[in-house]
Amino acid sequence: MSQHTPLYDAHLAAGARMVDFGGWEMPINYGSQIEEHNKVRQAAGMFDVSHMTVVDIRGAHARIFLSYLLSNDIAKLKAPGRAFYSCMLNERGGVIDDLITYFLDETFFRVVVNAATHDKDMEWISSQARAFDVVVEERPELAMIAVQGPEARRAVLTLLPEKYAALAGELKPFSAGQFGEMFIARTGYTGEDGFEISLPAGAATALWDQLLAAGVVPCGLGARDTLRLEAGMNLYGQDMDESVTPLESGLGWTVAMKDERVFVGKDALLKQKEQGAEQKLVGLVLQDRGVLRPGQRVVTEAGEGVTTSGSFSPTLQKAIAFARVPKDATQTCQVDIRGKLLNCTIVQPPFARNGMVCEGII
Amino acid sequence: MSNIPSHLKYTETHEWVHADEDGNALIGITDHAQAALGDLVFVELPAVGDEISQGDPVAVVESVKAASDIYTPVSGRIIAVNEDLDADPAIINSDPYNDGWLFEIELIDTEELEGLKDAEAYEETLED
Repeated sequence: MSQHTPLYDAHLAAGARMVDFGGWEMPINYGSQIEEHNKVRQAAGMFDVSHMTVVDIRGAHARIFLSYLLSNDIAKLKAPGRAFYSCMLNERGGVIDDLITYFLDETFFRVVVNAATHDKDMEWISSQARAFDVVVEERPELAMIAVQGPEARRAVLTLLPEKYAALAGELKPFSAGQFGEMFIARTGYTGEDGFEISLPAGAATALWDQLLAAGVVPCGLGARDTLRLEAGMNLYGQDMDESVTPLESGLGWTVAMKDERVFVGKDALLKQKEQGAEQKLVGLVLQDRGVLRPGQRVVTEAGEGVTTSGSFSPTLQKAIAFARVPKDATQTCQVDIRGKLLNCTIVQPPFARNGMVCEGII
Repeated sequence: MSNIPSHLKYTETHEWVHADEDGNALIGITDHAQAALGDLVFVELPAVGDEISQGDPVAVVESVKAASDIYTPVSGRIIAVNEDLDADPAIINSDPYNDGWLFEIELIDTEELEGLKDAEAYEETLED
């Protein structure tokens, strides 16, 4: 049985093409994925991300629990409202999921995990939480709308009551606050400025319609995927999973293991770091004509690898990909597309952010 | 609803065929196919002169979403390919039955055309 978000009818009304995503019937596009993509890079688009799982962690041990659960160090979140990106690892250092964590007060943190990994995440978080004085509470009654693009924040702020608009307008990147029934975070998955707004399911359609009237364009999962790929952001299940560590997934920056803090997977990561990870995740830009896709064979001077994500980049007007390759691969490689070896450059993502191609990419 | 011109022949794999009186045929993909694929960004066409048999995968169209094989609905020799698609594959999205044609074949056996679907029969395959 596929699940519907509170915005399901709004998607159909907007002419969405619906697909199954992790058990949810979600819009893949509303006509042209490329137009949606470009709107987000140049103006403002909105995404229904209500399928994502919001989990509140409350209790006296909330911070020390997350300090143990997450690969990133929760001690970095010092001021209420601050947020960060992290992985949640198993004992072998494999990635169970990636997530955003918000620090709201010392007894209240919120994490947002992926929809496709809902069941195993909830099982894992609940089982790890048993040793701590915390209550783990899922918030399925919340809908979530991501409004992204250079004009996104302004579009949202003009819809808010005056008393909230000023405060929400001051939110810094990776900060959040509760404004009446809306939880507004200056976060996203596109490489553009914007907000992710959680609100009661019953209020979601009204906000969606107001944003629509303000000229914010509905965007589907298709555009979300090419935007995040250009922005150099990993997709769980494609670019990393339980069989690889963050160090092999371009996510070393999300692991804090220099100090004494104990967290799940640390021993495995320390060992891998000492020996040196054999593979790394890099960006590829196709120099020949064609389109990169996940699962294509990559040939480098240091050995073979595989693409994990790939598509046509509307901003670069070239095909781009992430690939897991031997650690010594540099500069150029070839990708096997239907039996032909096509030339790519190896780059350090992101490929494009804030409306522009990043330096050193082409 | 997708557009299905009545003067063309169709396959279950969403190609269309327009045969002329000289025994040549233009091949393309249907409106339904272009809509399902989404924005097309790359097309790989056969070479002029290639001899191809009915059902062979002879071209590939790629959208932002996915790559899709194109199977030739009829046998023959490629006499022309739509080179405009190299620079602008999105022509297939905007005009799948005219400017978005893929390739032209000199037919070996015009009787193969009889085995293809007419517009009505093709439309029925979309209703499942």
